[in-house]
Amino acid sequence: MYRTTDGEEIFIIDGHVHLWDGSKANLKNVHGQQFIDCFYAYHSNLSPKEYLWPKEKFDKYGEEAMYSDLFVTGYDDMAICQPTYLTDFYKNGFNTTESNYVLKGKYPNRFIVNGAFDPRDGEAGLDRLDELSERYKIQGVKLYTAEWRGDSKGYKLSDPGVQRYFERCEKLGIKNIHVHKGPTILPLNRDAFDVADVDDAATSFQNLNFIVEHCGLPRLDDFCWIATQETNVYGGLAVVLPFIHTRPEYFAHVISELLFWIGEDKILYGSDYGIWSPKWLIEKFMAFELPESVSKETGVQLSLTAKKKILGLNAARLYGIDIDAQKKLLADTRQTATV
Amino acid sequence: MTIMAADVTVERTAEVWARLESVIDPELDESVTELGFVTSVGVDAGGQVRIDFRLPTYWCAANFAFLMADDMRIAVAALPWVEKVTVGLGEHMYADEINRGVAAGLSFQATFGSEASGELEEVRRTFMVKAFQRRQEVLLTYLLDHGHEAAVLLRVTVAELAALSCDSAGHRLIVRYLERRPVVGSHADDRAFVDQDGALLDAGQIHAYLRALRRVGVNAEFNSALCRGLLATRYGPGCAPQVEVKPVHFVRSIGVARSN
Repeated sequence: MYRTTDGEEIFIIDGHVHLWDGSKANLKNVHGQQFIDCFYAYHSNLSPKEYLWPKEKFDKYGEEAMYSDLFVTGYDDMAICQPTYLTDFYKNGFNTTESNYVLKGKYPNRFIVNGAFDPRDGEAGLDRLDELSERYKIQGVKLYTAEWRGDSKGYKLSDPGVQRYFERCEKLGIKNIHVHKGPTILPLNRDAFDVADVDDAATSFQNLNFIVEHCGLPRLDDFCWIATQETNVYGGLAVVLPFIHTRPEYFAHVISELLFWIGEDKILYGSDYGIWSPKWLIEKFMAFELPESVSKETGVQLSLTAKKKILGLNAARLYGIDIDAQKKLLADTRQTATV
Repeated sequence: MTIMAADVTVERTAEVWARLESVIDPELDESVTELGFVTSVGVDAGGQVRIDFRLPTYWCAANFAFLMADDMRIAVAALPWVEKVTVGLGEHMYADEINRGVAAGLSFQATFGSEASGELEEVRRTFMVKAFQRRQEVLLTYLLDHGHEAAVLLRVTVAELAALSCDSAGHRLIVRYLERRPVVGSHADDRAFVDQDGALLDAGQIHAYLRALRRVGVNAEFNSALCRGLLATRYGPGCAPQVEVKPVHFVRSIGVARSN
């Protein structure tokens, strides 16, 4: 919970967190090493100095550090776990629904755990999706389109075979499709980060919400265009938000473009924890004001209302969270814990 | 004799660096040398050149990595004394394939076989168009800010724009824009300012048009900031020139900095 200087409480739902194991013991190959090293470069490059972690903590921080960083020192009230399996790189997977669910078992009111699917798994993948739905009652999935699988270096949402998965999602009531566009989609001669396939999928599946993580970075310009065309496309702020510290002017321009093109009802806060931590992200975001030159140019404001939507109300709407009820639940839990 | 040979080597190394300056990262529309991607250039007495480069992450897109490596080879091979160019990309998921393919002068398709479904013209064009749009937006904004009338500007031909009297910063933006103008087709008596499909622009709609283009510029600048930062984190500060530029007009800032 974040309290403004006026005493107003802002309920915060972190739309993008991970509990990963990038430790040496879990590595399968050099790609796994390069993957966690790349994450660490993002962390080191964009975090304030006082929030830099040693690499050992970063490789595998564990459940208790995560709980503390999100909810005790951080301002998050709830967080959505977005799994990234990467089973070709890590022996037990990098960040799985199963391990996320152990965390939820400990802190049931704090976490929403999403599943994942990979259309290259064919029929078996559909069965697995049924199983995830039945066992974990998932409301969303995270898709990492750049995941390596044997000889395959990724897939597109427009590939044949993906459609059946979306149909199954509709049937199972899995409404929120979080898409992370990553590099190296085959064929290699095409733009690896192209977001046009999200457009195709969003047009075909109007009942599903497509939350494009990192706002389609590095194709933010194309993403804005798609998101203005489709009513069911949202932007997740992971990776975009940390620029608020190192490059506040860029952040001002990017957030104003997003507000202008897709609007404050369709932007979702996500820390991308453990890459970055909610404490400093939220403090800086709440204190942030668009420079006058920027709001004059775009005609948009980053008002307190917009901030509240981005930080929690939009995710609450997508995941059916009754914020007042949830506040009460969390307060009761805290009381029980002290007793 | 040794001193002379050393002088020649220094001179030739400088020539190679100068050629490399013209090679751009297609996605960022910036020079690979300015971005700090090229780590070393070696020249031997027999006219053999060795160029080493690296990218901000192991995962940087293979197609752009290949384009940069191949463009470096072609740019440097054009020097009259060059017998052979070897380009070495380091610490990249496709480093071996790219280094082998470029060394053998293979096309992208031949380098990657079944992992590619054609050459790189389409992706190269996509990013050349974005570079065109970004440079156009910066130039038009600059000229409008400096008192030019939209209706008049939009009637100017390519030849007239090239000759437009302007301060040095403005002149640099014109040169940079005209470098990319042929992307959408160009004759000297064509209108200088057209959209990505070559259609004429509407003076009444110019501000909305520029606002839409600004998205492209903001995105490219954001990516550039990210890439520079990641490269510095990966290889240590000081490995790449950390240009402190304020958005939104990256190109304008560079232009102004250079003209000073």
